This record gives sequence, structure tokens and C-alpha cells, in this order.
Amino acid sequence: MANIAEIKGLTKLYNRKKALNNVTLDLESGKIYGMLGPNGSGKTSLIKILSGILRESSGEVLIDGHKPGVHTKSVVAYLPDRNFLYKWMSIQDAVNLFKDFYGDFDEYRAYELLDFMKLDRNMKTTELSKGMMEKLNLTLILSRKAKLYILDEPIAGVDPVARDQILNAIINNYDGESTMLITTHLVRDMENIFDDVIFLKDGEVRLIGNAESLRAEKEKSIDEIYKQIFGE
Amino acid sequence: MNFNDNLPIYIQIMNLLTKRIILGELKGGEKLPSVRELSTELKVNPNTIQRSYQELEREGIVFTQRGMGTFVSEDRAVLNELKQNRASNIIMHFIQDMNSLGFGKDEIIELIKDMAKEAK
Repeated sequence: MANIAEIKGLTKLYNRKKALNNVTLDLESGKIYGMLGPNGSGKTSLIKILSGILRESSGEVLIDGHKPGVHTKSVVAYLPDRNFLYKWMSIQDAVNLFKDFYGDFDEYRAYELLDFMKLDRNMKTTELSKGMMEKLNLTLILSRKAKLYILDEPIAGVDPVARDQILNAIINNYDGESTMLITTHLVRDMENIFDDVIFLKDGEVRLIGNAESLRAEKEKSIDEIYKQIFGE
Repeated sequence: MNFNDNLPIYIQIMNLLTKRIILGELKGGEKLPSVRELSTELKVNPNTIQRSYQELEREGIVFTQRGMGTFVSEDRAVLNELKQNRASNIIMHFIQDMNSLGFGKDEIIELIKDMAKEAK
């Protein structure tokens, strides 16, 4: 299968501190990846480089055959781990903004997802609870027809009902062609939706593999493997 | 559904579906939920569900009809064998448990006979 992203020898330094150290990995088209690691393991640095927000210190990143830039931003849909909408906006304003901004934004799909999430498009963003805000942000991202979706902590801090809606939205959006890279601390809640998992520790890839193969080989859930790696 | 920790998910889904077939919740010739439906119901990666279906098909328990979906086998022999396997499994576990309590083979048989009489 073709790779949507190829990362070779990627290193990111903040002054002297190494956030990423010689990371090499490929992301295949049509897979859902779980990227797992504690705070400070380099997940967000990697994600920000992939989405073109940060620059690498050394090494190479190719997305859809291009270095991060204008082209890659048009094929990468990135859900940050915090709200990215303005306070004055209504949900409808947010949809309009995305429609203007992204050529691959499917307005019809957005309305469908809003219904699915039980969000009223006339609501102001200031009226939304944390869970509703998360659902709105995710709706906007998933309504793009991107090649690579990057979701940073999509279910953090939401109630179980919202969590299930978000998981279903992710599963239903998955079309077998695009790729998803998802980070989470809630490994147990999300591990069943991953094809492959990437464990990052201290800026390095500690373990990578097919989730089912790892379960079979280690006779453990991904959650338990996580605890084993990071509890050391 | 709560998944057991130390087994691949696709095997657990195969077990879940064979159980539904044995219990008659899914009957011979009946259509299984689509990959996407089951994926949403169980919150599991569609590729994992797909793999469960493929393995079940390889074992002859289900069959796929192009463009129609996946169906439970109507072959009685296959379904009977499933039942037999399931029964053997239960009995094997039972014998192991009884052995660990210190009961030998003959004692176990005697106990079962007594219990069966009482149950009548």
C-alpha cells in the first residue's frame, strides 16, 4: 500500500532539549494509527511538524510526496487539542469559515455530522459545553475530504455519551483510503479502533506495530502494553 | 461489549458471532450486520470486523454473496459441529476446574449422575 507520510531521521530541538530524536516511520494510506505516549514524549511536536506548524531541526518529512507547506496543508486535516474557533462565532459561522478556507470541505457532510452530534447550527460557540465544543471541532475537521487526518486527543475530557458519538463519527468517516493519526491518553477507550499503534517515549519510537499482532504476541491489551512501557 | 485483554479482538468477535449463531440469535441463512454496522455497534476498527468475517468464512461458518452481504451458513453439519465444539470446550473447562478441586474422573461422573437425577 502507498504511504501518505514518510518520516526519516526526524529530529526536533527546542534550544538544547530534544523533543524528537531521529524518528523514522511511514504512515500507510487507509490505516488508523494510534500514537501513544505520556506528556512530553514528542507526540505534539511530531503532529505539528506533520501539519506544517513547526519546522523540523533535521531529517525529512514527506506528506503525499511533498515537504510540509501549501500543498500538504491542503491534504492534511488537523484537530488541535484545544478549541480553535472564535468566541463571536455561531456554529453556522464556523461552517462558513471552513467552507471559505478549505476547497475539500463538504458542507452537506458537515450538516449531517452536526445532526448526528445533536448540535444546533444556530448556537453560539460561547454557549457550548466542553464536550459540544469538541464535537463541533471534530465535525469541521471530518467534513474535509483530506488524505491525512490528525486528531490530537479527540476524546479528552468529554462525557461517555459524547465519547461514543465521537468514536462513531471517526469510525463512520473512515473510508479505507484516507489515513488517521490519533493521539490519546485514554488508551483503553480508543485502542479497538486502531489498525497500528506507535509508542513514543522521550522523543523516540519505542514500539510500533499492528495492534492485533501485538495483542496476540504479548497476550496483553494495548492499554497494558502502554503501562508496561511507560511504567518502567 | 467488554473485550478480554489477552486475545486479539478479531478472535473475540468471531467468538461473539459463533455464540450468537449457536444460541439461534442468528439463524442459518440469516444476514450478518454489515461490517460498518458492527463496527459502530462494538466501536471497533472496520478492518478488524472484516478480518473476523473472513476467518469465519474460511471456517465455513458464514458465506459472502457479492454485493449482498455476509450470511450464516445453512449447512446443518457445520452448525452442529460448532455446537459440538462449544460443548467440548465447556466440558474441558469443567473437568479442569473439578480436577483442581481434587475430584478424579470417576468421582466427577458419579457427581454428574447424582445431580442429573435430582434435576429430574
